[in-house]
Amino acid sequence: MPGTLTDASIAFGLVTFVMLFVLNLGGLMTWIERKQAAIMQDRIGANRASIFGLRLMGLFHPLADAIKMLTKEAFYPARADRVLFSLAPFVSVFFALVAFASIPFGDTLSIAGREVPLQALTFNVGLLYVFAMLSLGVYGVMMAGWSSANNFALLGGQRAAALMITAEVAIGASIVGVVMVYGSLNLMDIVRGQGALLGGWLPMWGIITQPLAFVLFLTAGIAATKRIPFDMPEGESEIIGYFVEYSGMKFGLFVMADFLETVVIAGMTVSLFLGGWQVPYLGREGWAFPWGATIVLPRLPVALLQVAAFVFKLVVMIWFLMLIRWTLPRFRYDQAMRLGWLGLFPLSIANIVLTGGALLLWGPR
Amino acid sequence: MQTAVFFAIAAIAVASALGLIVRRNPIHGALFLVVNLGSVAAIYLMLNAQFLAAAQVIIYAGAIMVLFVFAIMVLIPGKEETGPDPLRPFRLVAIPFGAFLLVEILLMLVVRPAPPREPPGAEGGAEAIGRLLFTDYLFPFELTSVLLLAALVGVLALAKRKA
Repeated sequence: MPGTLTDASIAFGLVTFVMLFVLNLGGLMTWIERKQAAIMQDRIGANRASIFGLRLMGLFHPLADAIKMLTKEAFYPARADRVLFSLAPFVSVFFALVAFASIPFGDTLSIAGREVPLQALTFNVGLLYVFAMLSLGVYGVMMAGWSSANNFALLGGQRAAALMITAEVAIGASIVGVVMVYGSLNLMDIVRGQGALLGGWLPMWGIITQPLAFVLFLTAGIAATKRIPFDMPEGESEIIGYFVEYSGMKFGLFVMADFLETVVIAGMTVSLFLGGWQVPYLGREGWAFPWGATIVLPRLPVALLQVAAFVFKLVVMIWFLMLIRWTLPRFRYDQAMRLGWLGLFPLSIANIVLTGGALLLWGPR
Repeated sequence: MQTAVFFAIAAIAVASALGLIVRRNPIHGALFLVVNLGSVAAIYLMLNAQFLAAAQVIIYAGAIMVLFVFAIMVLIPGKEETGPDPLRPFRLVAIPFGAFLLVEILLMLVVRPAPPREPPGAEGGAEAIGRLLFTDYLFPFELTSVLLLAALVGVLALAKRKA
């Protein structure tokens, strides 16, 4: 059956593209993080790794890191639960990697006579899928904390579990408003809904229709990545954290998982609040500006522009998350819990009520 | 293809359920339960019940089991439960119940009742489920929410008394 073969190869191509994209972005983020931190602190930053004298502003450092980590000793603590100890980093990275799959990076594109939506996984409840995969990632951290047979690691694992539940409840409650406005759990539909114009000129992006949810989601999302200011599971200066006993690439995988989660949170934020792949006023036939001017474009350049817009927004969002990471100090454990349960969660519920009222007054039907 | 995938998932589900019962280590048991919940979610997915599958993973695997593992880690850090179980005699209750279940399953195999009527919504998305919940099944739905509320209040009362 040649038809199924084409379908299968299109699906394979999409999955490979998304996976390599996310994986490489995660790897690049080690470089982005160092360089951005350096610039923010008025330093030069890592720039020594070179291939034949070529330095490229330290762009080879991720490679050097990988080589270093792969050649280090794989250390096992004496009383460790070996199976769980080895499994933990893979669980962490796996769920962070697959979470991006149902985030659309472009509109549908016709390939070989088929309308192919540009996302690795076309899923009716794609939003819930991303959310579910993010919430499963915490098992890796908890397994690491428990299997290390180290009290500090255990503390880190417990903190991670508590933080994850707090963040998850807030994320879940804050996205409900978005779902109510766009009337779908499918990320593709949500992004498409954001292409509509409010009053004929204002793109109906999530940040405009749901400003409160945007702030709440972003805060809870940063907490879900367990990075500063919510890095109590690690807390280098107090408990070191769930990966105390890890060395080499296993440790590297935990760091990688945090970066990948940052990419996923950035992707979610872009898809839910920043219009996803939407370019203002750019439709399938080209630009149609509210003041009447039109620029007709064929399908392919439009699709490429939209993919470029998504990548651009994603990178800006990652940059913004990095900015926060290098600006704020760490919350104390109880402060983070209070923020989550007494701040984010009630406000998210209030946002749902407000959204419901607004939809009742001005919404469709 | 469908059948092969189903049997693969079913095998994982059964194996992880066995692992949950057999392992003495509580953390291992809890993690096996997570695998089991995940494979059941995969079966839901094969039945086109996408919302149910996602909800299963988010609520059971992603939230409730995280709390379970959290509680186990707090209460018995790193130690296997080895002491004598004070509720040991109660395990005998499992024998009649297990026998009853076995008889039921055998009966199902022998009698082969008519397959259940077609599910109302072909697509198991959030919309179909929501419509059903708020029309045909409104009463059980509200009843469940009252039950959950009662549990919530009960937990609060218990937690407050200690402090």
